[in-house]
This record gives sequence, structure tokens and C-alpha cells, in this order.
Amino acid sequence: MWIDLAITMVKIIFILTVTVGFFAPVLTWVERKQSAMMQDRVGANRADIFGFTALGLFHIIADALKMFTKEDFIPQGANRALHTLAPIIALIPAILTFAVVPFGGQYTLWGKEVNLVISDLDVGLLFVFAIASIATYGYVVAGWSSNNNWSLLGAMRTASQMISYEVTMGLTVIGVLMVYGSMQLTQIGAAQEDFWRWGFFLQPVGFVMFFAASIAENKRVPFDAPEAESELVAGYFTEYSGLKFGMFFMAEFIEMVTIGAIMTILFFGAWHLPFLTTADLLSMFDFLGDNGANLVVMLIHVGVFFGKVTFFIFVQMVIRWTLPRFRYDQIMKLGWKILLPLSLANIVVTGIIILALN
Amino acid sequence: MLESYTGAAILLLIATAIAVGMVVATSILGPKRNFADKMEPFECGESQLVSPYQRFSVKFYLVAVLFILFDIEAVFLFPWAILYKKLGLFGLIEMMVFLLILGVGLTYVWIRGGLDWE
Repeated sequence: MWIDLAITMVKIIFILTVTVGFFAPVLTWVERKQSAMMQDRVGANRADIFGFTALGLFHIIADALKMFTKEDFIPQGANRALHTLAPIIALIPAILTFAVVPFGGQYTLWGKEVNLVISDLDVGLLFVFAIASIATYGYVVAGWSSNNNWSLLGAMRTASQMISYEVTMGLTVIGVLMVYGSMQLTQIGAAQEDFWRWGFFLQPVGFVMFFAASIAENKRVPFDAPEAESELVAGYFTEYSGLKFGMFFMAEFIEMVTIGAIMTILFFGAWHLPFLTTADLLSMFDFLGDNGANLVVMLIHVGVFFGKVTFFIFVQMVIRWTLPRFRYDQIMKLGWKILLPLSLANIVVTGIIILALN
Repeated sequence: MLESYTGAAILLLIATAIAVGMVVATSILGPKRNFADKMEPFECGESQLVSPYQRFSVKFYLVAVLFILFDIEAVFLFPWAILYKKLGLFGLIEMMVFLLILGVGLTYVWIRGGLDWE
């Protein structure tokens, strides 16, 4: 009982360290540095400690300090309680979705089954959708409570876009669920041990549609009409400053990691290496003894998983700095008139193929 | 059964603590300087011309209604998809009928211009 709780706590601390502690702050730097490289600029390189700039990495610390010491501004006529509540509602779901994301398989260490997921729920994927959609309230409340025209416009756009793409996202993963016959993310991951059983090969159309829909759900370029800087100042967080603004920012970056993780689990073999099954790896490290081999394989799998996640974050950032923003009617058209019928067709085709193969 | 939610519950508590802690920290640490012009909502340097709380384009509400329809459809599809291999041909035909009815609905909304934003 207590040992299980201790293991759960270790996993929670690990996940928080990796997402909130590492990915979210480092991505703010990566985004600036990568855009600089893509646009042939130098990028963030001014913040220094005793003359050392460390490639601009100190900007992360500088940003954090700045956000903590900025004034917490609430405009006149705003609903103060809701204005304060909104970033909280936006940030909590972003962190909470990681409860069901497995970052490795199951290993036997010193007689104890270790399952590398905080909560191994049988409704895994549904949990992710359910929790992630709560964040919509955060954005809408933020825009509504600010008493600002830009904020409200941004909030309305956010609401419409997020719920539209929630439908598409839900329908595009149906194909994956049909193929693997489970919603439990650990089982979907475990089913992809064989390279040719990766979701990418079994559901190629679903892969592309899900990626597009999830970027739209996270409101990043090219789907960033809700916060379009050149039209709406900053959309729903126009009236936010200091760490409250930082929380919206953090939620967006954490969601990028979530998208990367879900993409990896559903379509890119989760924690598995291509052509190397867990049994192969275990026999490779046989000389370390049973526990040693399990431990090494576990570390390899966690490393592979976060490597793949990093790759998907990189792809999202390349898209971010490559494509121009779509118009709002184009975004809605893509969601309702292209992705929705296509995902329905994908379900039908997947169904027929599965039936034909059985 | 409910025990598998323990980890998620703990993470929820920690996430709430982080979020609330950040809001409290920023309201304590930052400076406070208030004067009338600064407290106005931002509108590119102008004083606020119109209140934001006015009538909104009906399309946003239409999308909300459509969302409810199609998300419930997705909810029906989730359990079906998981049991699909057991249901076999029966499951396929049943769901085709369901999808056909929904397809007719989608086509109707499409033709009536419910999905147009131009």
C-alpha cells in the first residue's frame, strides 16, 4: 500500500519535473532560438550572468523573474474574481492530462511490478479529451471577465474553434481505437511493439487529421486566429500581465508536450524502438542480471519516449514558423467541411478493412 | 476500480496548488500603482468606445449547438469502436445506419449554410 503510494509519488514528481520544470520553460527559449535560426537572426542572447550568455539560456530565468515581479493588473469594470480564476482553470487541465499518459511500459524491478503511468485508467484517451476540454472554460472566462473588446472577440473565437476541433479530434481517433480495441493508453502503447503495427502505418489518414486537429485545439499557428497578434492584440489574454499571463503561456507549452505525447502513443509506437522488442532488449542486457536488465530497458524506453515527444514538438515549432495564419472562415471550413467528413469516411474504411482481414 | 484514480487525484491536488500558488505569488510580489487612465481596458490607446457586452454573431451559437450534436455522436462511437472486433459484420451495418442518418443531418446543415463563415 505505502510502497505503491511512494512509487506513484515518484512518478508524479518525475512527470512534473519533466513537463512543468523542464519542457515548459525550455520551450520558451527553443521557440525563440529556433525562429531565429529559421529566419537567419541571432535570437535571444542578451541575458547574461557575469558575462556568460550560455546561448541565451539565461533568458528563461530572466523571464521567470520578470513575470513574478510584474504588476498583477486587473482593468476597470472587469470581474475580479473570474479574472483571477481563469488562468487557474486553464493551467490545471494542462497538467492533469499527464495523469494517464504512459511514458514507458511495465517492468519487474526487485519483485515489484512498475507501470510507468501515474493512473492506468481504462478510459485513458477519453480522460485526456474530457480534461483537456475543460481548459476551454478558462479561455472563455478570461475573455469574458476582462471587459475588453479584443479579449471577448478572442474568447468567442477560441470557444468556437476549440469545440469544433474537439469533435474532429474525437472522430479521428475512432479508427485507432478500432484497430487496437482499447482506450487504455498503456494497452495502445503495448500493442505497437512490432514496427509495422505502429499507428502511423495502420491509420495514416487518421495520423494527419489528428495532428492538424490537435494543433488547432491548442490554437497555435496556423490556427491561431483566437489570439492573432495583428488583429486582436493578444486575444483572450490581452488584459493579463505578470504570472497570470505566464500561466496561459505555460498551459500552451505544456499542451504542446501533451500533443507530442499523445501522437507518440497513438501513432508512433509509444516507448518502443523500431525492430527491437522488449524481449530483444532484455536479452541484450542479460549480463546485468534480471533487475539490472529491466532497469536499463526501462531507462531506454523512457528516453525513447521523450525523444519521440521532442521530435513532435520540433515538428510543431517548424510548422509554427513556416505557415501563415489561416483566416477564421478557413479554419472553420477545414474543421467542419473537410476533416469531419473525412474522419467519418476513415471510420467506414477502417471498419470494412478490419472486417475483411478477420 | 476507483483506486486507479488515486494518482490522478494527487496530481489534481498538486496542479491546483501550483496554479493557485502562482496567482497568489504574482498578486503579492508585483507593484501596485493605480491611476484612472491606466485602469482602462486596453483599446489601442483610445478610451473604450463601446462596451464589449453586446450582441454577437449568431454563428458562434450555431457552432455550439452543432458541437453538442456531433460530440454526442462521437460518444456513441467510442464504445462501439472498442468492441468492434467482437461485433463483426453486425456492428459495421448497425453503425453504417447510424452514420448515414448523421451524414444526412450534416448534409442538411451544410446545404442550408449552417457551416458557412464567409
